[in-house]
Amino acid sequence: MNERNCGQGSAEGGESRSLSAQDGQPLPQAAQSMSAGEAYISKRRDFIKGAIMFIPAAGALAAAAAESPKADAPKTETPTAETPRQEYNPAEHLYGMGIQIDRCIGCNRCAVACKAENDVPDEPVFFRTWVERYTILRSGEVSVENISGLRKDPVHDERDVIRTFFVPKLCNHCANPPCVQVCPVRATFTTQDGAVIVDSSRCVGCRYCIQACPYGARYLHPKTNTADKCTFCYHRVVKGLQPACVEVCPTQARIFGDLKSKASRLVRFERMNMISVLKPALNTEPKVHYAQLDGEVR
Amino acid sequence: MNAMLTDHYAELLGQVMGYAYPNEVEIQWSILIVIYPYLTGLVAGAFILASLMKIFKVKELQPTYRLALLTALAFLIVAPMPLLMHLAQPLRFYEILVTPNPTSAMAMFGFVYAWYLMAVLLIEIWFEWRHDLITLAQTTPSPLKWVYKVLSLFSTDTSPAALAFDAKAIKFITIVGVPSAFLLHGYVGFIFGSVKANPWWASVLMPIAFLMSAIVSGIALVVVVYMVLQGIRKEPIDMPCVDKITSYLFYAVIVDFTLEALDFIHRLYQSEESVNILGHLITQKLFLSLIVMQILLGMVVPLLILVLAKARNFNEELRKLLYFTAAILILIGIFAMRWNVVIGGQLFSKSFRGLLTYKLEMFGIEGFLIALVVLVLPFPILALLIKLLPSRAVVEHAAPVHA
Repeated sequence: MNERNCGQGSAEGGESRSLSAQDGQPLPQAAQSMSAGEAYISKRRDFIKGAIMFIPAAGALAAAAAESPKADAPKTETPTAETPRQEYNPAEHLYGMGIQIDRCIGCNRCAVACKAENDVPDEPVFFRTWVERYTILRSGEVSVENISGLRKDPVHDERDVIRTFFVPKLCNHCANPPCVQVCPVRATFTTQDGAVIVDSSRCVGCRYCIQACPYGARYLHPKTNTADKCTFCYHRVVKGLQPACVEVCPTQARIFGDLKSKASRLVRFERMNMISVLKPALNTEPKVHYAQLDGEVR
Repeated sequence: MNAMLTDHYAELLGQVMGYAYPNEVEIQWSILIVIYPYLTGLVAGAFILASLMKIFKVKELQPTYRLALLTALAFLIVAPMPLLMHLAQPLRFYEILVTPNPTSAMAMFGFVYAWYLMAVLLIEIWFEWRHDLITLAQTTPSPLKWVYKVLSLFSTDTSPAALAFDAKAIKFITIVGVPSAFLLHGYVGFIFGSVKANPWWASVLMPIAFLMSAIVSGIALVVVVYMVLQGIRKEPIDMPCVDKITSYLFYAVIVDFTLEALDFIHRLYQSEESVNILGHLITQKLFLSLIVMQILLGMVVPLLILVLAKARNFNEELRKLLYFTAAILILIGIFAMRWNVVIGGQLFSKSFRGLLTYKLEMFGIEGFLIALVVLVLPFPILALLIKLLPSRAVVEHAAPVHA
């Protein structure tokens, strides 16, 4: 989209720049011989004219700025789903995700988008990502529901509730992944850029990885009969796009980024928040980091 | 997705008590994975019983030595079947052998199995039966004659030197075989014990508990098979032999019971994060299979029976009955133990907030009927093996080999 706008701007802008150069110069001299009223009208006309000229000219400049490096260095090209980024080098990246609990409004768009993007079965027992709702009651009791597959909403008396919040869950893409350790055929592996993915053409369907995952992030896909899980939308990420769940999140509760890039929003997220991970005692070293994570969350 | 599956998932979801991660609702390791460690346990136990006789020269066990070896072989042949049938992509099983992941405990299965079958059990059986096979190849009419010739690998040397070598080879293989049997089953325990995500499994005691229960179940199986076989043959049961085996059985059950109790007390005393959900698991999901079947019927009652049979001077008939009952109960108890480990470990959520349900289907590849077939299949194989390889030495002078 951006690219197309820039292109149009350049065609119009080129023309308008030449017009302004022809008409612009004699104007100040002519203005001197006019009456005050005429001068005012003329000034106003000039201003409007200038403004009309300025907008396409700015477009032209922007186009020139966008176009000139494009010709020399292709790396600033804005990638789209159709045009894969040239020479993607996984060694230059290390992906992770930040989740700001207090931004999640439980709209569940992430889980819906994930199912649509990744061909996850509709049944509420298969999720690559889902959202949990925690309700902490005055009695100390904790009520948890998966709102992405909710059948009936439990009703709590508002006066009994101390706090409530949503927790988006997904594969933690552990740096020390138990699933990769136990896979007997190396069908599941960690990519150089940090995503833990499954090669469904190699998976034998023994389901040891599902047992080994402490986060319940894996399931056996009923169509492929192989283990399936979140890939950080790897097919999108390598094209410079965001994972589907991040793309659709209306509150930016999910922040995806490159831990190796200093300019990454994820690194900013890491700098600005107190971070925790799920089940740290298991030493899986998750790359999904939570801000404002409640101690009740497992 | 077909409507039946959708209903199935909805039913499972409806049976979740508390909260479970959504992907956990479907139980992944079914009855077939319960049978797999049960079968390998029987193999390891039977082999270890046979080895006792060879290594410690326990003469009383002579009548069951060959039977124990054949039992181990029959069950070992069937052992990989449930694993293979359980794979969601069974045609890709060879990948485990061709491109194994060195960090995966499960990837070692092929090698441990092959080592145990090829390098231990088959070689020991061949040396043990070699003399008999040569004799049978000479005395039986064709075409069976050729079967024996092939089985004896066309060996014909029955000189005293060759027989002495057989005996030496058997001794050597037994010495290698005992740690191999430990490896075979200890390794199965490790598959479960090393899963840190699952507090019901993750225990350093798991391989040892599996091993001891394997020995218990293997010995009990040999007792049952021997008593039934003698009944079929209408031959008397060698009571000193059965007395001796059941003594070993008694000690093995005591050790096994101690290990299980230690594990239980340790968990209770440490009282980690998972202790509450495991408590609910035991009281709400595993009460029948753990408290009643495994501990009460599978351990306490057989122990009492064995104590009774040893302490009192009962007559042979009553002793036989008591031994047989104890052995059957132990076999059921160890099966319950495998069930409680494999299925029990999947009946609670790793969020420690909910319990799940396993529904055993009647039909289908992971159903009850197939499971029953897999469990029973070793017995016809054993019958065939006994027919082919006589469980008593054909040649009398083969006796010194056993000494």
